[in-house]
Amino acid sequence: MNESVQLRSQTSSLAMLRTLGGIAMISGFLVVLVFQWTRPIIAENKRIAIEKAVFQVVPNAVSRKDFVLGPEGISPFGRKAKGETVYAAYNSKGELQGIALEAAAPGYQDVIRILYGYSPKCECVTGIKVLKMTETPGLGDKIAYDPDFLRNFYGLDGTLNEAREGLAHAIVAVKHGSKTEPWQIDAISGATISSKAIGRMIDASGARMFPLIQRHLAGFRQEVVSAERPDES
Amino acid sequence: MTTAPHKQEQVTLDTFLRGIWEENPVFVMLLGMCPVLAVTNSTLNAIAMGLATLFVLVASGTLVSLLRKMIPREVRIATYIIIIATFVTMVDYAIQAISLDLYNSLGAFIQLIVVNCVILGRAEAYASRQRVGAAVVNALGMGVGFTIALLCLGTVRELLGAGSILGYPVFSPDFQPWVVMILPPGGFFVLGSWLLLFEWLKQRRERRTLQSEGATAHGS
Repeated sequence: MNESVQLRSQTSSLAMLRTLGGIAMISGFLVVLVFQWTRPIIAENKRIAIEKAVFQVVPNAVSRKDFVLGPEGISPFGRKAKGETVYAAYNSKGELQGIALEAAAPGYQDVIRILYGYSPKCECVTGIKVLKMTETPGLGDKIAYDPDFLRNFYGLDGTLNEAREGLAHAIVAVKHGSKTEPWQIDAISGATISSKAIGRMIDASGARMFPLIQRHLAGFRQEVVSAERPDES
Repeated sequence: MTTAPHKQEQVTLDTFLRGIWEENPVFVMLLGMCPVLAVTNSTLNAIAMGLATLFVLVASGTLVSLLRKMIPREVRIATYIIIIATFVTMVDYAIQAISLDLYNSLGAFIQLIVVNCVILGRAEAYASRQRVGAAVVNALGMGVGFTIALLCLGTVRELLGAGSILGYPVFSPDFQPWVVMILPPGGFFVLGSWLLLFEWLKQRRERRTLQSEGATAHGS
């Protein structure tokens, strides 16, 4: 026993430091190597996923351009600007079809994140796509695929009020079967909490973003013209 | 206490097979229950999780075994964790590159492989004491055993809870899915049933062995 205690204390601090340092270096090298190798592939995967979702919520869209929209104005994505990232979608002639926005609110279990389309022309929502959720399978997760529920969002009224600073009518989810107004969402029976979360997030995001979009509408159009010119030449 | 020289195991078929049946990490040792219950709600998730764990097991086992003489006892756990975390991070990026949908459906459980006790247990109890060959074969066996166990749960849960296998419907459209099976309680139900089945098989075999021994004793 004495001998073993002695032997144990013989491991020098240097040996321990050397081992841990060496392992950390190998680890760093491997992680960075894989990160560098997969980064472009992951970025491409994310781009395809966003593109697919944007084209799904904005009808007739074939190309998209990202912007940052905030109270201070609109600027192309990538420049330093405060605000939310929005995705402007254009048809084959380069005309603005709609704008896809992200929204989120707490659902039944965790935060639900969606992407939804907004058409400045009809001042309405044109579709939603659930990006992330952990709602109960078979009940709450119907918000992602139930055709009757998704039909609510083809032309959901998002008209601005007279001051053009908010929504004329709050977008709200109502009990299944009691929808009477175009700004109401017919909830899924058995999934009221998840349906209401969708209503709440579009209402909050819309009240904040729709007035900004309308105010800076020219920005979305101008950008596509100037962006397209170099292609034509 | 110094690390006494451990008996070096000869690599045999048993080194590999042990992890699959006799020492199955899930059904016999009941290790790594967190991913076993959490991600086995579909066959695809089970396969992905199983393969990711298999890769981390083999890679970390190899490196731990290679470095076993250079790692001082005092810092061995810290060293193993760094090695395991490195390979888990690599798998994490690889899955994101392969499919974002798969990555999202596995959630935080890919990162949580770092703390899967099957892997640290293998590093500590086997790879740090054996030659590289034996460590790799043993880790492969354990990884395959873990994957098979996840598949056992994943297929049954998807079949009963969603009426499909790998997303393809198996039953007629009239089938009412047994939703609870893809929810957390379903994981416990199915795991319990499999454990019951294996225990029953084991006891039956023991009974038969006893009976045959008894018969021989009488006969002699």
